[in-house]
Amino acid sequence: MEQVVITFLCMAILLYFLLGGADFGAGIIELFTSTKNRSKTRKTMYQAIGPVWEANHMWLIIAIVILFVGFPHIYTTMSVYLHIPLAIMLIGIIARGTAFVFRHYDAVKDDMQWLYNRIFRYSSFITALFLGIIAGSLISGHIDTQATDFYSAYIAGWLNWFSLAVGLFTVALCGFLAAIYLIGETTEAHDKRRFIKKAEFMNIAAVVFGAMVFIAAQRDKIPLIDWVFKSSVGVSAIILASLSLVLLWYLLIKGKTKILRILAGFQVTMILLAISYAHFPNFIRLKSGDAISLLETVGPEKTIYSLGLALLLGSVLILPFLGYLFYKFQKKEE
Amino acid sequence: MDDFIAARSQMALSLGFHIIFSCIGMVMPFFMAVSHYKWLKTNDEVYKNLTKAWSKGVAIFFATGAVSGTMLSFELGLLWPKFMDHAGPIFGMPFSLEGTAFFIEAIALGFFLYGWNKLNKWFHWFTGMVVGVSGLASGILVVAANAWMNSPAGFDFVNGKYLNIDPIQAMFNKAWFSQALHMCLAAFTATGFAVAGVHALMILRNRNAAFHLKAFKIAAIFACIGALLQPLSGDISAKDVAKRQPAKLAAMEALYKTEKPAPLLIGGIVNEKDKTVKGAIKIPGALSFLAHGDFKAEVKGLDQIPENEHPPVAITHYAFQVMVGIGTLLLFISLIYFFILFKKKPLTEKRWILKLFVFAIPLGYLALEAGWVVTEVGRQPWIIYGIMRTKDAVTPMPGIAYSFYIFSAIYVSLSIIVTFLLYRQIKMVPVLYNKTEQNN
Repeated sequence: MEQVVITFLCMAILLYFLLGGADFGAGIIELFTSTKNRSKTRKTMYQAIGPVWEANHMWLIIAIVILFVGFPHIYTTMSVYLHIPLAIMLIGIIARGTAFVFRHYDAVKDDMQWLYNRIFRYSSFITALFLGIIAGSLISGHIDTQATDFYSAYIAGWLNWFSLAVGLFTVALCGFLAAIYLIGETTEAHDKRRFIKKAEFMNIAAVVFGAMVFIAAQRDKIPLIDWVFKSSVGVSAIILASLSLVLLWYLLIKGKTKILRILAGFQVTMILLAISYAHFPNFIRLKSGDAISLLETVGPEKTIYSLGLALLLGSVLILPFLGYLFYKFQKKEE
Repeated sequence: MDDFIAARSQMALSLGFHIIFSCIGMVMPFFMAVSHYKWLKTNDEVYKNLTKAWSKGVAIFFATGAVSGTMLSFELGLLWPKFMDHAGPIFGMPFSLEGTAFFIEAIALGFFLYGWNKLNKWFHWFTGMVVGVSGLASGILVVAANAWMNSPAGFDFVNGKYLNIDPIQAMFNKAWFSQALHMCLAAFTATGFAVAGVHALMILRNRNAAFHLKAFKIAAIFACIGALLQPLSGDISAKDVAKRQPAKLAAMEALYKTEKPAPLLIGGIVNEKDKTVKGAIKIPGALSFLAHGDFKAEVKGLDQIPENEHPPVAITHYAFQVMVGIGTLLLFISLIYFFILFKKKPLTEKRWILKLFVFAIPLGYLALEAGWVVTEVGRQPWIIYGIMRTKDAVTPMPGIAYSFYIFSAIYVSLSIIVTFLLYRQIKMVPVLYNKTEQNN
């Protein structure tokens, strides 16, 4: 059952990154869209993600519940030492989640829209940034559980070049995912071109920030290069990601839009795999050189058993229903 | 502000905020389903518009409830890491099931809100029902987790270690049923009265009376049935608390001395220093009856409980008075309403009963929050009753007061915006749902 639970945890994190990430990306794209095109972007976005909006964010809940039920020590270590970035991410989640719904359900469309839009865009950016910062901090080895002063216990763990670079990289990836998704959701040639431009822009940003992640890792003495290039899985994942990127741009020129999102999702999955495979099942790397591993901190047997059962049962109910939701609202009405 | 007090205040604030949104999110779908059913059966356009109007409210409340719930799942760790370290694996079962229920609710809501004219009409109706049923299931599961804190089960506590953990036993702890029943009825009563009251106000102002009258009737019937059943559930809860948590019962009734038979105190000013209550109305033997079903039974007072295990008496007592007082009032309103229904008199001629409902708009939620205070403050100083103290569970990070200020500001602004949005939705009813106008 342990493997089942860990598989679900990885799947929930991955899906949150892809689906939730594309949602954040939609806000980020809006942030980088010129004023005259904004309302159009908004409309396309709303039609595209409106129906699946709430469901996309459930993966975070699933991941967090698996953590606190099955791996309480990991959950509480994160909660204590990454309290501040978690709180900021939560503020972002609250702000964008409510602003997104408020701007659609305000019965009077007036100046309040200006406020909702502002909040939505900036909080999308901040949420993705801090999601990345938290992910980076977990593997950065800066978290110091023996620290005695406030700065090294609660700030230094996440406020460092590596975490920040991972944060920006995440923002770019989210934007990329969203742009690719939106290309397939619009029928107008002009809009398509606009989203393709955005995808190019975000792709370049991802490459730049990706390079920054490696530079920051060198600077902070994080063996990222070893993780990625010294394991066959890491190398293959990087090769596959690069190949899929080439294929993606080729198909884009050919005008095949629906398959793109699968490729983009695959690409991001490969990047995550390359970064995390080498130190799996370690979940948090600590400053002392130790690591907190999923396998070593796993909860009591009966708990894991019933958690695994609940997840299996849940997925039988959820996945077909969710699949139908995506299928039903995927295409625009012709 | 002390970090411990700040952490408790932040938790209380978050829960107090979330509880309203989640109750509306779990009850409104049933109102919608009734109205939707009537539209499908009668083809009366008003019911379709009503369903749509309500669904917009549900979307607003669901989104707010979802993010404040996400917040809470993190807050448990951010504020109470030492509690979660031990409690997570024990009481996590209802949470993992709740995750599933909540997920299904979100998917079903996607279908429901965007499914007009796109889905088979009965499948569409069914997705609306799924929203309600899974929402209700979520509520019951979360309350079961809270009940575990009041009535720990599913483990052996040996020398400070939590052994032989059994999450299923923990979920079906002794308090889960009475608490979940009380909470569900409260959700229906509070939401029903709030919704009915708002529509009653619109009828009184003579705006789209046909629309609002139909809305009023659906909400009022749910509210009144809830209010009628709630005293029975309250009785189950009281007897249960008397058995399991005598300190909480004693604090609810400010019973400082063990008495046989014990009187029921109504109102009164509690003096925690002198351990006295002034100016309360005493009903002899009534507390004995409520707690143990026997007018002569002994009821344990706080004198039999070590001083360092006393909950704050004044807050618990006042909150309990507010809850019971309002509950009784709503019960009377319900009886009057049923009498009028029975006599088949048109409501529009009985303006005073509509005015009563308008008066009752906030009352249900006040009672609900008060009840929450009773169960949470009454459990203090424990976070896991009899096992772990709340102050031992708090995060080691200093400066929680700032976090409390920031989140207070966020929740206050959200409340203001949501109220403002609802006001606008209601104000726009004549424009959006005019009978002659077809719209989406």
